Amino acid sequence: MTQYRVLPGPEHFLPPSAASMGIRLPNPGEAHINGVIVPEEKAYEEAAKQFLMAKVPTLFPGPLVLWAWNEKAAKKATAIRHLYNTLKECVQPGQTPMLIPMPDYRPKYPKINPEVEINPNHPNLTIWHNKIDCCMFIGVHCHQANLSLKIIRGGTSCYTIAMCAQAGHEDAMLSFRDASVEKIMRLADAVKRLKGTVQPRLTSAKSGASN
Amino acid sequence: MSKERIKISDDLYDIMPSDYQDLVKSATYGKEDRGWKDIGNSKELIEQHSLCAGCPESMAFRYILASLPNPEDTVMVGSTGCTSLVFPMVAVHNIHSLFGNQNAIASGLKRALSVRFPGRTKDVVVLAGDGATVDIGLDMTLQAWFRQEKFTTICFDNELYANTGGQESGLMQKGFVAKMAPVGKLFDKVRLPEIARESGCHYVVQCTVSKPSLVEKVVRNAVMISREIGPTYLQLYTPCILEIGKNSMEGLQEMRDSEKPTERFAYKEYMSEPAKQLLAEIAAKDKEKKAAAKQLASQGA
Repeated sequence: MTQYRVLPGPEHFLPPSAASMGIRLPNPGEAHINGVIVPEEKAYEEAAKQFLMAKVPTLFPGPLVLWAWNEKAAKKATAIRHLYNTLKECVQPGQTPMLIPMPDYRPKYPKINPEVEINPNHPNLTIWHNKIDCCMFIGVHCHQANLSLKIIRGGTSCYTIAMCAQAGHEDAMLSFRDASVEKIMRLADAVKRLKGTVQPRLTSAKSGASN
Repeated sequence: MSKERIKISDDLYDIMPSDYQDLVKSATYGKEDRGWKDIGNSKELIEQHSLCAGCPESMAFRYILASLPNPEDTVMVGSTGCTSLVFPMVAVHNIHSLFGNQNAIASGLKRALSVRFPGRTKDVVVLAGDGATVDIGLDMTLQAWFRQEKFTTICFDNELYANTGGQESGLMQKGFVAKMAPVGKLFDKVRLPEIARESGCHYVVQCTVSKPSLVEKVVRNAVMISREIGPTYLQLYTPCILEIGKNSMEGLQEMRDSEKPTERFAYKEYMSEPAKQLLAEIAAKDKEKKAAAKQLASQGA
């Protein structure tokens, strides 16, 4: 079994893909934390903890949920808004939850405005600008999520979570699979349940934007 | 085809950057008679560009994007060069190909789209510079035409390799001295419009982009003909003002000077018989539609 662990970076300019280091994806009903397969229930707890510890916990919804291309997408968007509202209710003063969209995958360089959007080709700009220290990708096509997660791990110390609708992401520090409205709501419930039990890392806020 | 399919999720609408909200609200996706006159009245499909100030290529981009008859169901294929600096800002699906490979990519894409979406009109438009079209990609360009692939090829002809500092290209005029071609070109400009005609293109036009209405007409014609009949080719003069020693404001005049009847970019058009027939049918339908609308308006009054 591999000794490699998917940990917050900055790892280096070109981090290896976690898959090439022997990290494997979870089976249905499982998730992974730092590359170690765990029961999904444990991952809800850990993701909620990471959100509640972060100075700037952030959700990055991608095109698959931002655009109402079918009924399910619109419902997921509603669930994401609920999760964001839950985060806002549950954090302590000094913590600033954010909801920043990834509307499409055009490089748009050098136009990207990191205050209002994130781009898969240079996600580190948004992370640095907003000093984001914990983020979750949801509704991003897998190949673009893989690219972004690797760049974030390479250049920042941000903790990454993937709520993937397919088989999960090795390159995230924590990954769910088979994302659904129910799973997003369960994560929101976990955040609510742990409210007040986790100490936020307010003193280490700047490290989230490490470059 | 309409922009009904392009809708932002209600619960996340407020976080979408304003350019996306504007695209949904006021871009001309789905508008039947869209054209260059929409520029200024609607959200353009190009947000901004990173080309040089005054570059005629940027004008060409704006006119072409305003004129595509079916932008929500169009995929553009680009290649290496100045055009590849613009595509990241364009709100039409696009693919960047390897240098010169664009017509091969477009061939596969067009065929795949017709299998994947059998009931829907999907247009493919190649847009590349003269280096990609005539030099490095000539093989792929010609083979696509020989095979009668149903897509439009647009060449932005600036008569040299502008992006890399001014090397000689096949479309450079004879005797021209460029920054990185100090001897001057020894051979004639390749006559690609004639080659296109002989290679099976059903509609071929060479012109400048000085007149937006003309660009609109030829782009629409080319797309409609390629959709129904076979390959079409547009060669548009988009001079590189930097490489020919002009100022930002002089691009338009350069095009006007070069399109005079005796000059090398005098308007040139070739059309096959089936293409002529198709355009006549489209014109007749348009006329009928306008007459019906006029009648309806007079009844309403």
